[in-house]
Amino acid sequence: MQESLKRPVMAAVAVTAAFFLHQDYWFWTVPRPLLFGVLPPGLWYHVLYALGCAGLMWWLARMVWPSHLED
Amino acid sequence: MLPILIVFVYLAAVLYIGIFAFRHRGGREDAEQYFLAGRAVGPYVFLTSLFGTHMTAFAVLGSAGHAFGNGIVTFGLMASSTALVTPVCLLLAGTRMWALGRRHGFLTPVQMFRDRWECGHIGTVIFAVQAALLVPYIVIGVMGGGTALRAISNGTIPYWVGCAVVALVVMGYVFFGGMKGTALVNAVQTTMFLLVGTTAFFVIGQGMGGFGDVFAGMLENPMEAALLTRERVPPRYFFSYMFIPLSAIAFPHMIIFCLTAKRMTHFRNTAIAYPLCLTIIWLPSTLLGVAANHATDVPAIQQKLEARAALAAPAPDLTADERHALRRQADGEDVVIQLLHHYAPIWLAGLLGAGIMAAVMSSDSQILALSTMFTEDVFTHYDGRMRFGEASQVRLGRAFVVLVTAVAYVVALRVPADIFSLATQYGFSGYAALSPLVFAALFWRRSTKWGALAVTLWSAGAVAAIAWFQAAVPAPPAGSVKVIWSVAGLDLLTRTPGGTAVLGFAPVMPMVLVSVALMAVVSLLTRPPSEATIARYHAPARAASGPGPSPDGTALGV
Repeated sequence: MQESLKRPVMAAVAVTAAFFLHQDYWFWTVPRPLLFGVLPPGLWYHVLYALGCAGLMWWLARMVWPSHLED
Repeated sequence: MLPILIVFVYLAAVLYIGIFAFRHRGGREDAEQYFLAGRAVGPYVFLTSLFGTHMTAFAVLGSAGHAFGNGIVTFGLMASSTALVTPVCLLLAGTRMWALGRRHGFLTPVQMFRDRWECGHIGTVIFAVQAALLVPYIVIGVMGGGTALRAISNGTIPYWVGCAVVALVVMGYVFFGGMKGTALVNAVQTTMFLLVGTTAFFVIGQGMGGFGDVFAGMLENPMEAALLTRERVPPRYFFSYMFIPLSAIAFPHMIIFCLTAKRMTHFRNTAIAYPLCLTIIWLPSTLLGVAANHATDVPAIQQKLEARAALAAPAPDLTADERHALRRQADGEDVVIQLLHHYAPIWLAGLLGAGIMAAVMSSDSQILALSTMFTEDVFTHYDGRMRFGEASQVRLGRAFVVLVTAVAYVVALRVPADIFSLATQYGFSGYAALSPLVFAALFWRRSTKWGALAVTLWSAGAVAAIAWFQAAVPAPPAGSVKVIWSVAGLDLLTRTPGGTAVLGFAPVMPMVLVSVALMAVVSLLTRPPSEATIARYHAPARAASGPGPSPDGTALGV
């Protein structure tokens, strides 16, 4: 793969993977256990997911930042 | 009385910020200064104002209300999906639109579309559809304000007065302050809501005896335990909500906010902070909405639960009006405020009420965006500025702010739908279906104005069809669906208690997919813009003919 394409392809794969990780059907009807006594599985998974998205954005901004547009 | 006084002090402060921005603009009345704050918004104000303008009443009152009826699914449905899709859109498309805005002086998305696809009247059609779809979003803000003020005042302030007060305050600071006033107010509002929202969560939790006990108690009751799962929303419907956040990059007010950033690096910090801000606002709102089901000692909430039970019970003798009245009574939009009233000390309830007002009053940027679009995409495009001068453009923009606010107020008093469904079914779905316009303009050399027209007409038609369908077919009772069109045992079209489903998916998904297909097929069948225009937007294709002449000499290379 060309070096110039490597980063955009890696970014696209990461975003696609994150898209499908959002569909956590395995926790659909499970109310227990409550994490910290308040967060059921279907909620704590998505809280972690949202926090993970912040990390993904940090990584994407490093990998595919369009610096040529800044000038 | 004290809470409502605190809220009015807050509203006066917000109005002052708008007028303060007006006074400190140095007497300049040019369009770029009024509509884009001179493209000089700093990093913190950019993040908080962009986030604040995206998160309207629906994020606070609508999400808690949705969680009250549907459970924890609300967070995954809207918050965590937005945490991925919106920041990616900002990094991909927001940065490019910012650069194009700087380079070509665009103030609105339609200006870019007209230039990119060499079109005039098609741009006007896009403007008309964008404007029509923006109105529900503005109405949400006014409705949210009316609902919040009525609840904070314990019904002393009627809904219509609450709507009027919010509409007048928003109109005031947008009218005087333009984008600078709007951005400053949004920044203050978002900061305030992030702080007091977190405080509200802990104070109410403590008042209820600790969320741990509340949720443990809910687990013991099968009806309430269901709210701690996602069983009230089918997986297909959940999946299709991943398409809703695409609307963020097609909303004109979001695009216009993208043009205000002083530097492109503001997008980097904003994209990283966005998921964190979403979690800070949506997690407490969702948890409070779910926990409200256990707050049977709050009379107003008990009445909602009774209304919900009456709706769920088999009662064929209920008339449509009675069913509608019960549905209104069961609405959970004001549950957070009811919890505040009951569990927070009175002075804190006032402060937190002001925080809630901060979150629901975000229709300002939509009103300003409509005004910007009208003056740029219609008035200026059809030579109004050339004939009447730039000062008259700003005056016309202000007059438009007054007109739009008045229309939104009248609609807010007449629309019966709850905040959440109104937002998702009309505004969000329509704009999500328009999002291929942005991506095609920025990333696809072969896209054409006819493809753009097809996407625009399809989006408008689909939204109108859904609105007509839901008006013509009454919603079935909670927990059931009405199959309207079935082929070979496959339910193609169903009316659900909350809206419509196509093959089990929310309408937004087929709307977006058809838009993408239309853009691709119609563009390939029609003639593309000139090479010179394409070269201004895209790096020259390798092994293709070289770029044509560009007015400023270089391609943007997006």
